[in-house]
Amino acid sequence: MSIAAGLRSDNYINHETTVRSWLVTTDHKRIAILYLCSITAFFFIGGAAAALMRYNLLSPRGALVSPEMYNRLFTMHGIVMVWFFLVPAAPAVLGNFVLPLMLGARDLAFPRINLLSWYLFIAGGAIAMFAVTYGGLDTGWTFYTPLSTNFSKGFVEVAALGIILSGYASIATGLNFIVTIHRLRAPGLTWYRMPIFVWSMYATSVLNVLATPVLTMALILIAMERIFHIGVFDPALGGDPVLFQHLFWFYSHPAVYIMILPGFGIVSEIIPCFARRPLFGYKFVAWSSIAIAVIGFFVWAHHMFVAGVSVYSALVFSLLSYVIAVPSAIKVFNWLGTMHKGYIRYNTPMLYALGFVGLFTIGGLSGLFTAALGADVYLHDTYFVVAHFHFIMVGGMVTAFFAGLHFWWPKMTGRLYPESWGRVAALLLFGGFILTFLPQFVLGYLGMPRRYPIYDPGFQVLNVLSSAGATILAGGYLLPMGYLLWSLVYGQPAGDNPWDATGLEWRTQSPPRVQNFSVTPRVTETAYNYPPPEQQEPMA
Amino acid sequence: MSAATRHREDLPGPETEFQYPSEREQHDTSMTGMWLFLATETLFFGGLFLIWLYYRYLFPAGFALATEHTEFAIGTVNSALLITSSVTYACGVAAIRVGDRKLLFRLAVATIALGVVFMLLKGVEWYLDIDAGMVPGPGFALRGPGSQGAALFWIFYYLATLLHAIHLLIGLGLVTWIALRARNGTVTRESHASVEIVGLYWSFVDMVWLVLYPMIYLAGRAG
Amino acid sequence: MNFDLPVASPGAAETDQLLGALLLISLAVLVLVFGLMALYGIRYRARSTAHRGAPGEKSWRFEIAWTTVTIVAFFALDVWGADVYMRQSQTPAHAMKIYIIGKQWMWKAEHEGGQREINALHVPTGRDVQLIMTSEDVIHDFSVPAFRVKRDVLPGRYETLWFHPNRAGTYPLYCDQFCGTGHSEMVGDIVVLKPVEFSAWLSANGEIGGTLADQGHTLFMRYGCSGCHETTEGGGGGTVRAPPLIGLYGSLVPLADRTVVTADDKYIRDSILMPASQIVASYPNLMPSYAGQISEENLVKVIAYIKSMAGETPR
Repeated sequence: MSIAAGLRSDNYINHETTVRSWLVTTDHKRIAILYLCSITAFFFIGGAAAALMRYNLLSPRGALVSPEMYNRLFTMHGIVMVWFFLVPAAPAVLGNFVLPLMLGARDLAFPRINLLSWYLFIAGGAIAMFAVTYGGLDTGWTFYTPLSTNFSKGFVEVAALGIILSGYASIATGLNFIVTIHRLRAPGLTWYRMPIFVWSMYATSVLNVLATPVLTMALILIAMERIFHIGVFDPALGGDPVLFQHLFWFYSHPAVYIMILPGFGIVSEIIPCFARRPLFGYKFVAWSSIAIAVIGFFVWAHHMFVAGVSVYSALVFSLLSYVIAVPSAIKVFNWLGTMHKGYIRYNTPMLYALGFVGLFTIGGLSGLFTAALGADVYLHDTYFVVAHFHFIMVGGMVTAFFAGLHFWWPKMTGRLYPESWGRVAALLLFGGFILTFLPQFVLGYLGMPRRYPIYDPGFQVLNVLSSAGATILAGGYLLPMGYLLWSLVYGQPAGDNPWDATGLEWRTQSPPRVQNFSVTPRVTETAYNYPPPEQQEPMA
Repeated sequence: MSAATRHREDLPGPETEFQYPSEREQHDTSMTGMWLFLATETLFFGGLFLIWLYYRYLFPAGFALATEHTEFAIGTVNSALLITSSVTYACGVAAIRVGDRKLLFRLAVATIALGVVFMLLKGVEWYLDIDAGMVPGPGFALRGPGSQGAALFWIFYYLATLLHAIHLLIGLGLVTWIALRARNGTVTRESHASVEIVGLYWSFVDMVWLVLYPMIYLAGRAG
Repeated sequence: MNFDLPVASPGAAETDQLLGALLLISLAVLVLVFGLMALYGIRYRARSTAHRGAPGEKSWRFEIAWTTVTIVAFFALDVWGADVYMRQSQTPAHAMKIYIIGKQWMWKAEHEGGQREINALHVPTGRDVQLIMTSEDVIHDFSVPAFRVKRDVLPGRYETLWFHPNRAGTYPLYCDQFCGTGHSEMVGDIVVLKPVEFSAWLSANGEIGGTLADQGHTLFMRYGCSGCHETTEGGGGGTVRAPPLIGLYGSLVPLADRTVVTADDKYIRDSILMPASQIVASYPNLMPSYAGQISEENLVKVIAYIKSMAGETPR
């Protein structure tokens, strides 16, 4: 990479340095950084709400805030974490940064739409933050009617507008990714040579483009219902409140896969790299992402088994929910297969990735409980469900996001972070997470309902355990903030390929130059072509 | 691709952005983008139509009652106008494909004129509807059995026609932009992706209306 | 620490078996996944000199194998879960009926004998109990962990839930669907009594305004329903011809649009609130809507009265 070395002084960060150059940039790498800063802010806002909730739950009567305030806190936590952190995190930050690099492209297909996406996101975020802080919102992130339409006094319409805008930001990113993957692959980069991360981004984007507009329509109807009392969801005017749940979950169940599919992709990059082995069952892993995206559109009513859907639709949706669990299970087995006969190095990204596999497996298995109709009738809307989706969303996706961030950080910044601190943070996250959410499974089995600021004193011990775990977990999230920022100034220069990884993103300089590659790369081999063990010496 | 088969479109042109290897690549990519955008739009309107049909199924009598009070004549004329406008625009696209900018300009202006007449008629129709008391709420003119379903019909009517009108206004802006580009010569036979993309959008807006037309004016009126 | 979760119905035991099976399978998979991760992680760590050999060929055999095993296991679990659910969904005949009305933020219960309770529900052991539930405002959820059942309580609909208490005791009742500020205080007690004690409780708390059907009869007169509808007393029927209500409940009703519906609670409720939506064949569409004029509690009483005219005797 002698050409890249000569250009190292000129990269996307120092090419222009004015604030304006950042705010009007159309460079996918800079937009990724803009997104990274924004979602980090939202992550800590949502996290602060969670911390207050966990603190409040130390006492069965509420240790800190009134029930009204508690309701606002979990609404804020849900809205901020789902729409302003989890949905955009992996695609808009990691995807934006590495997807064009992985494809050997000089940028996304529509760079200006990419920038528009960030502005939509920021505008939506500002509006939603105004709604949840100034106005207060106490509907939960699910906006169930008729509570949200006829009874809530919060700023529901305002929050809806914010979420609609952020939805269009996701649509813009998703559209951009799909088109880019179809049209801007480097010569020789056939579909089966693409990294799995690209496949998972493709699946994620399809969901974003096709599911989000339905949520937009549902939110428009909610706002209309509140402003004009149109009666679409109001039983007193002939409307059907359950219809909203169908529309909402038609988006929000695919949204769960929007959140977790990128995690599958990230981990599929990291495990082969640190096990020095090709990914086991590449085609199965790739197509299982697509399968999840397709079946993901047909499982929404499993959120509604006790909400008055017919027995027959419950049977169908339960079966489909089991069907969609199969591709996820396939992935887990393939990751394990990749480790077999490898030369495994335990760098920070690998620790996070293995943590992901473990936590995601627990989360996925708990999904088997809620997909079983007879069991869901009992577990629905209890802490069991809270634990289940946090294992997937936080234990799974947030851990995967950290894995990806640590994996590509040297590429993004050109610096290495202190490895030992990284490992400590990964272990803290794993331990803290388990302690926070494992007790919640038991709480759910004992019957503790969700969204209860005041609860049966019998549940206190487990709640205190969970809150204690949350403290450790918070440490696990704050620590990387510290050393990653530190590394920006004091970190060792990373070099072009610190992990000795395959993939086109490692074939350019770190940080990459403005148009990514000085010469468009040509691809001649499959992804993850790590040398077979015989040709490799054990790492010292 | 061998050098022998290369056309001018296979090389970067003056308007080719740096991420594309050629003008043709940029053209095809932007078409792909527009198709995807229309996919997301389809799901957007699809959600609304689905709810609409669901309530029609729940309240057949009310919806039939409301349909009888719609302005059938205006709706039919408007449908004809929009279909014609799609024809004029499609001819414009054909014109620029053979490099006839003047013809594209004229046809774009015709398209705009048809769209504007549609909007004016739509305005008249809304005025007549409101004037007839077709506004759900305390002063709703349809009373007695079925009024509940009829009220829901009118809600969907206003929401759908408003969303369609907004899309049409955006479309008018885009066609105006194309007309200007045709006049000042920014589009050529070789480089006219914008003309094709706007054409896709305009046809989509037309298609939405062709779904709306039977849902508003026809279903329940027969018999 | 109180980890005690009572099993107070046969259905609860059934759910626990299902949950136990799910837990066993999950633990087995966890041991497998974490075990393999640890095994490979140690055996194939970079510094280890363990023999690796050539990379395996024919990986698709493994893929087919674990995909098949997963599908079969999942299908078995799905069928088991569905089986339990089917029994939860089908109320046995002759279940004792109790009406539940949820509102922000309390539970109201009305027994057929006219006994009323708030945030409490007394039921006897050894009988099937069916709850017929509706809401006055938002969506609530009636959840009783001791019976392992719950069901959303929706405004404008009657949702049902049944259980068969077999262990006396007092068990918590929760609202499980978020319903606003006081959601976590919308709780109560399910008091399961031995049959003898339950009868004693019923007699001690009943007979203030008569049975539910008696109260419904009073309302039936007050709302002027008897002006048009013929009833058991032979009176009514007046000048206007309206469908007779004797023997209506549970019968098949032919409608003007040539469909046939069963006259259940929901049908009667809809006919009172939205009479025009289901016109009985060969009758004119004359009845005014009572939407907004009759409360959920009174609706329940009128329905109980109409039921009583079909030989459904309150107990």
